This record gives sequence, structure tokens and C-alpha cells, in this order.
Amino acid sequence: MSTIANDEPSRRDFLYIATGAVGAVGVGFAAWPFIHQMNPDASALALASIEVDVGDIEEGQSIIVKWRGKPIFIRNRTAEEIEAAKTVDLAELIDPAARNPNLGSDADASDANRAAEGNEALVVMIGICTHLGCVPIGEAGEYGGWFCPCHGSHYDTSGRIRKGPAPENLYVPPYAFISDTTIKIG
Amino acid sequence: MSGHSTYQPKNRIVRWVEERLPIFSLMEGQFISFPTPKNLNYWWTFGMILSVMLVIQLVTGIVLVMHFTPHEDLAFASIEHIMRNVNYGWLIRYMHANGGAFFFLAVYIHIFRGLYYGSYKSPREILWILGVIIYLLMMATGFMGYVLPWGQMSFWAATVITNLFSAIPFVGEAVVTWLWGGFAVDNPTLQRFFSLHYLLPFAIAAVVALHVWALHVVGQNNPSGIEPKSTKDTVPFTPYATIKDSFVTVVFLLAYLWFVFYMPNYMGHADNYIPADPLKTPAHIVPEWYYLPFYAILRAIPDKLGGVVAMFAAIIVLFFLPWLDTSKVRSATYRPLFRLFFWILVAVCILLGWLGAKPAEGIYVTLARIGTAYYFAHFLIILPLLGLFEKPKPLPASISDAVLAKHGGAGAATEAVAAAEKRG
Repeated sequence: MSTIANDEPSRRDFLYIATGAVGAVGVGFAAWPFIHQMNPDASALALASIEVDVGDIEEGQSIIVKWRGKPIFIRNRTAEEIEAAKTVDLAELIDPAARNPNLGSDADASDANRAAEGNEALVVMIGICTHLGCVPIGEAGEYGGWFCPCHGSHYDTSGRIRKGPAPENLYVPPYAFISDTTIKIG
Repeated sequence: MSGHSTYQPKNRIVRWVEERLPIFSLMEGQFISFPTPKNLNYWWTFGMILSVMLVIQLVTGIVLVMHFTPHEDLAFASIEHIMRNVNYGWLIRYMHANGGAFFFLAVYIHIFRGLYYGSYKSPREILWILGVIIYLLMMATGFMGYVLPWGQMSFWAATVITNLFSAIPFVGEAVVTWLWGGFAVDNPTLQRFFSLHYLLPFAIAAVVALHVWALHVVGQNNPSGIEPKSTKDTVPFTPYATIKDSFVTVVFLLAYLWFVFYMPNYMGHADNYIPADPLKTPAHIVPEWYYLPFYAILRAIPDKLGGVVAMFAAIIVLFFLPWLDTSKVRSATYRPLFRLFFWILVAVCILLGWLGAKPAEGIYVTLARIGTAYYFAHFLIILPLLGLFEKPKPLPASISDAVLAKHGGAGAATEAVAAAEKRG
């Protein structure tokens, strides 16, 4: 290739840059399908909500259902458990937020904000430790709520983190009552 | 041909790496300053096209494996899952299915270019043989990939092709049972084909590396078929070949993507959208178009073992081509009789391809026999004799002379070069 002596950009410089730019945009567009194919597909998104009958859960009984591949703890708490959760001083809590997307993001971690609306015995939580994702064991730990066997996080009867490495309370999934006894999660 | 680079990196980090692993000078020597015959025509761009197609097949294939399930009960459904549920799954699968066909289209053009210009002749025998090995691996890979969707054509293609080995005397049945992992094409067959279909493309990539290595040792052939004699006969690979190859690759991809987006099932068979049924063979089964000439040869021979032997021999004969062609002249440009026979061979191969898709009866069988006989005669009789009897045209003294002769005499061409240099 012959070189051009002056420093002025030539038409050839323009063509090189323009070609390169078009090529880069093209590669970007072509890459997107290959990246996006790893996102949840239509069959995974179709499982995004489930309905659960909570009417048959006896006092002191828990069930675990699967929602989006995750365990959902649903517990009909005893009077003692509710009382224990209600009397906690909120200032003692590691995580002061409700972690309940059904309420505003500024809701505090009071037991009322953690339990189901209109049914203070019922708690619905995503059963995944906020430390590194293990599933905590029920009716265990120093606070009688949940205890994570992986790294020793203790949650109370309201699912709030009280001791251990986990930074946040167990999350509440988005859910609502669609009849007196049925909730829809997701 | 010299691949030794005089490259001196300016960047300090590049120089640090270069002293420990001379990869930059290797790339510079092989893909930038590599001397390329200056008279290469567009038929020489298919090497880059094939490399791009191999990468496309690898990338789309690796992605499809993320969503595919190699099991007799789930494979067909997982293909539909890819088509309906996976984000852009339809695009990636159609790219892979049509990519296979366009890979073969490009490889056939590449092979026939080699045949026309005598690219298999000394010192390029190893280069040519590596190419035939790649072609064989491609056929095996393509066949096993076609089985994976587990539709009716998949299943019966697997049955017919594996049964080819039953023609082997004495051990045929045992070999076929071994290939199947059972007493018919079944789940074990699907799972081993899946494993090998994933493995073989990487084997192809490795042989391609050897192919490119061999190419860069002996240098590229060119339309005149004579070796470059001075630096006047060559230009650097970059930008000359890179730009030309990139341009043709884009044009080729346009044709390929036209199929992907507008007629993705044109080359497929509707029967393959019916789940595999081991109890019922479709009325009319044919292989994909790129296997049809060999299928015609198989059916032309009225004997089971003979047909299978002829089909494999049709490919094996290519390994011996460097020694079957006795002419010292490479390029068909200077071989008037060879050029005629070359085009007859092209026509016969296309005819055999057409016959392979026709029912095996009546006139079609007769024509297939004539075509098969001619195919072998070309390699085993015509080429050896042609070298002895043909009087080639006088060869130019150098590539530059050939170029100048083609463009209206030395004077005019020199003026054109001078004018081009003035324009910069």
C-alpha cells in the first residue's frame, strides 16, 4: 500500500473507520441471540406463578411448595411463635427491612409486615438463606424459627435474621389471596 | 514459502510476550505479511468462507447442546422446545441446519477449484489428503447430526447408513450390532451419535489447523499453476487477501442467511417433523442433497457389497488423485483436453446428485450406472492417460507474465499499474 504523505484524514481513512464501525455494530447484533438464549426461556417464564390452597394447614404445621424452582415456606404459626415474633424490639434486628414486595420498600421488619395480610398466623417466605442460597431447616435454631445448616444463620419465627453470616431476612415472595383459603404466588 | 517474519513489536507488553511466546510474529508472518500469489481469483476465497462456516457450526452447535436432550423419548420434543421456547432458538437451530448445507456447498466449490487448477499436485499432496480427511469427517459429522432430531428421516437415515456396514463379509452383522448398541437403531445409537457429533467438529478444527499449516509451508497454488518466482509475483496476505476474502464471505453469508430467514426448511424433509417410528419407514427416503451423488453410486451397483464398496471407493479414489494425474502441468488453463474432461466430471457429479433424489427404477438406474462408470473412469483411466497424450499450451514464464498476458499485453498493463500508483 502506498502511504499518503500529508496528515489530513483521507477518504480511505474514512472508509476504514466506517467499515469497522458497521462491522462492530453487526457483530453486536449477531451476538445478542447467542447471549439471550441463555436467559429463562418461554417454558421457564410460563411457570412464573402458582396457586396454593393454605386452608388445610393446621396450626404449627408447615408446607414447602416449589415456585420458580425455589422452595416457598408456608407456615401456620402457633400462638407462642407469633407472640415471640411480635415482642422483639425492632432495634435489635440485623436487617430492619420487611423484605416484603407486597408492601412498600420502606416497610419495617415488624411481624405484621412479615406475616400475611389479615392472617397474622400465616407466613409465606422464600426458603433460601440470604447468605449463600441453602435451604434453612424449620423449627430449629436459637430463635425457634429456621436454622441454615450450611453456615449457621439463625432466623426467628418471623423469618428474620438474628444471628450468623446472612445479611438479610428471608424474602417474602409476591403473593395475594385470591379466595379465603387460596394464595397466588408470583 | 517463507513464513519467517521480520516483525519487530513496538509495544513494550507485546515485546515482553513475544520474547517468551513468539505468537505475534507467527500471526504476523502467516496472516499479514504472508506472500500470496497476486493472481488469485474469487475461487480462492473459499478457504476463509469454510473457516467462517466451521466457526458458525461450532458456536451454534455448542448453544444447541445447552437445550437439546439426547434421549429417544425427549430428543424430538427438545427440538420443538428449542424452536418454540428458547430465546432465538429457532434462529440458532435454522442457522445450524442450513449452515451444514452451506458448509458442504462451500467445500464442494473448494474441492472443484482444487481439481481445476491442479492444487493436489506436488508439493501439495499432503495438503490435498488432509482436505479429503476433513471432507470425510464432515460427512460423518453431518450424518450423525441429522440423526439427532430423532424424526422419521433421522431414524431411517441412521438405519440405512449403519446397515451399509452389514455388507462387510462375515463380520458385517456383528459390526452393525456394535454400532447400534442393540439389535436396531435405538436409544444407545442416539446417545453415541450425540457424543460423536459433538467430538468430531473439534477433530475437524484440528485437521483444518494441519491443512492451513501444510498450505503455509508449500504456499498457495494459483490460477496459472506456476510457483511464484520473485516478490513481483506476490502481494501480502493483509490487506489484499483479507479484504477480498472478507468481501466474498459477506456475499456468501447473505445467501446463507437468505435461506435461514426466508426458506429455512427448503433443504429439509417434511417427514423429519414426524417423530421417529421404528415400525414404519417413510415411503420415499433420500439423504440430504450433499450426499446424493454417493447415494446414486450406491444404488447403481446391483449388488449389496459392490454398492457399498463403490460408494466408499468414490471418496477413497480422491486420496490417490495426486498420483493418478500424470500431467506435469497443474492449471486447467493450459490443459485444453483436461479442461473439457473436468467440466464433464462436474456435469456427471450434478447428474448423479439429481439421480440420487430419484426413485431407483427404470432409466434412472441406467443413467446412474453410466454416471458411476464415468466417475471412476475419469480418475482411473482418463487422468493417467491424459498426462501422456495431451499437449499442454505453453506456460508463462512467471505469474506476472500470466497476469500481463491476460490483460492485453505488457505495455498496456504497465501503464495501468503506473496509473494506479499515481492515484495512490
